[in-house]
Amino acid sequence: MPIITYRDALNQALREEMHRDDRVFLMGEEVGVYNGAYKVSKGLLEEFGEMRVVDTPITELGFTGVGVGSAMVGLRPVIEFMTWNFALLAIDQIVNAAAKMLYMSGGQFPMPMVFRGPNGAALQLSAQHSQAWESWLAHIPGLKVVTPGTPYDAKGLLKSAIRDDNPVIVLEAEMLYNTKGEVPDEDYVIPLGKAELKREGDHCSIITSGKMALVAMQAADQMAKEGIRIDVVDLRTIRPMDVDAITASVRKTNRAVVLEEGWEVCGIGAQVVDYIQRDCFDHLDAPVLRVHQADVPMPYAKAIEKAAKPDVAKTIAAVNKVMYR
Amino acid sequence: MSTKVFMEALSPTMEEGRLAKWLKNEGDAVKSGDVLAEVETDKAIMELVARGDGVLRKRLINDGDTTPVGSLIGVIAAADEDISALVASAGAASPKAAPDTAPDTAPDTAPDTAPDTAPDSAVQAAHIAPPAAAAASSGAPGGSSGGRALASPLARRIAGERGLDLAALTGSGPGGRIIKRDIEAAAASGGRHAPTGSRPAAAGDYTDVALTQIRKTIARRLGESIGPIPTFYLTVDFDLERAAEMRASMAEMGPDYKVSFNDIILKATATALALHPEVNAHWLGDHIRYWGRVHIGMAVATDDGLIVPVIFDANTKGLAEISAESKSLAQRARERKLKPDEFTGSTFSVSNLGMMQIEQFTAIINPPEVGILAIGAIEDKPVKAADGSVSFRKKLRVTMSCDHRAVDGAVGARFLQTLRRMIENPLMLVY
Repeated sequence: MPIITYRDALNQALREEMHRDDRVFLMGEEVGVYNGAYKVSKGLLEEFGEMRVVDTPITELGFTGVGVGSAMVGLRPVIEFMTWNFALLAIDQIVNAAAKMLYMSGGQFPMPMVFRGPNGAALQLSAQHSQAWESWLAHIPGLKVVTPGTPYDAKGLLKSAIRDDNPVIVLEAEMLYNTKGEVPDEDYVIPLGKAELKREGDHCSIITSGKMALVAMQAADQMAKEGIRIDVVDLRTIRPMDVDAITASVRKTNRAVVLEEGWEVCGIGAQVVDYIQRDCFDHLDAPVLRVHQADVPMPYAKAIEKAAKPDVAKTIAAVNKVMYR
Repeated sequence: MSTKVFMEALSPTMEEGRLAKWLKNEGDAVKSGDVLAEVETDKAIMELVARGDGVLRKRLINDGDTTPVGSLIGVIAAADEDISALVASAGAASPKAAPDTAPDTAPDTAPDTAPDTAPDSAVQAAHIAPPAAAAASSGAPGGSSGGRALASPLARRIAGERGLDLAALTGSGPGGRIIKRDIEAAAASGGRHAPTGSRPAAAGDYTDVALTQIRKTIARRLGESIGPIPTFYLTVDFDLERAAEMRASMAEMGPDYKVSFNDIILKATATALALHPEVNAHWLGDHIRYWGRVHIGMAVATDDGLIVPVIFDANTKGLAEISAESKSLAQRARERKLKPDEFTGSTFSVSNLGMMQIEQFTAIINPPEVGILAIGAIEDKPVKAADGSVSFRKKLRVTMSCDHRAVDGAVGARFLQTLRRMIENPLMLVY
């Protein structure tokens, strides 16, 4: 199987879906002539032309609104945000228009639409450009939210997102674009709402998603050397969440650590912990712990940024704690 | 994978323990459940068992040392594992270590030392669970909080399924929390001692009856009159001629059949209690718990004081079994080798001072039980027969203390009538 980067996997997904369905088009800042700020749309303008790959001015609210309108009349837009931090400008179109259109029009206007772009912290981009928006977006009924953590998941989930008839948020990551993995050349999709058990163990569960799945895997590798076997549940889709996968794992291991990139308060982990306490109460041998970003705007200084981010050492510390080690 | 050995709370009230004797040497291979050391608690000498597999790499205290519950006293690890950080953390893990020792080791600490020394920022969720060292020392001893055993939901469920009484277990988690491994350790060691099913707490073993108004009034008025447990006493003389005959003929059959008067009294009491649940009960403040199983507490004098080991399900056990068990319990009580689950859970108690030539005495009720029998000495006493002739017969004087809140005079008397039938016609015991 070919080994390609996460960015090329997304590129394949876009290309395949644009071939498959001519209603699919890509729109955003620098997606055309410049081949995308992160080169995800490389070669697409050349291949599909200006009607299908649309460069926009720096007007997030405007072009997102155009996307919503085009979806209302039958197209299937993919809106790229240069980063999700910029999508704040377009949040009214995402939350008040896209998420509610089908519902408030009594089913008259479908919203087969994708919003995608890099999410979360990279390196030293400071407070305004280092934010993980999962919990904001997953909070909204009417939106689906996916967080692919590997090239394979990136291609399969983006293709599913494009084919879905509802607005789907795809949260990518700058730190993932260059990561490599096996990705089949052929057409495949990963169903939305399905977690994957990325690693099997019976001592403790780490429930995580997206970029943090890599951190969880590294933590699990290190703990394996001490004989600790970790179940790594990569949610892949944050909404709808695969509760069955979470409870199956926790019922097996009796302990859980929830690892996420964002802040603690009202974070994704809080929701996961709620499912666990409701469905696994009699199976818990320890309180569930969470690992997340420090409750501060992301610091710019390198050492403090590192201290604020969730990482392998903090994950291992939490696992040790729930295992009473 | 390393396992820390802690001074565990081995009795419900233990706050510190004296390591009486290590039973494993550094370098010995150990398996989970193996006995590592004998620890002297405030009540008894208890076994401290391994909570993991590996090699006992380090003993951090010596025979005779006393250390608070929760302190690190040893390390079990693989033979080649680096445990220097763990050993070094022994000081930091002690309950008195100042929290400001943490920053020295903070951001880039090796992962395996992190759980002990990492400040809260390392695991931002740390506020959910109190730091282990502090919790283990300052938490409620014996893992109970306001009478409710602290246990993880999983431990609670498994204990329920296996009929284990959480109150009789010792937790090794933070604050004495009973966790899965404690249940497994209890189940593993239970095989060598009393069957785990002998605990008195399973649902269906008893009937709870709410207090009637008249019982409430009796409880309140009599309590005001005489103290928290309004006790009254019923004294009877039992004729032991036939019991003596039985005992003698059994002894003739060989040493295997030798039983003491005390064994016969215990057996008769257990059988009578099974017929009178109204005295085989616990007074629980707002209700009375009538036990369907008979667990007899047997007062034993030791050099350190009185202890009351329990013969569980005594009514279902034969004389030989009761005899063997009471002998073993008494001996181990004197050697302070009883486990907490062997001296908790009784539903009724018996105290015997007959061997000390005490003719009659009154015993203090062991709450929440509602009755206790005080057994005096067996003496030859003159008895006048119907024809006016006088002969000497073996007589036993027994005084029952009754908690009037639960037991009225006539109720206690009826129980003693049954007990008389049993003791004076010992063949009833096989009926």
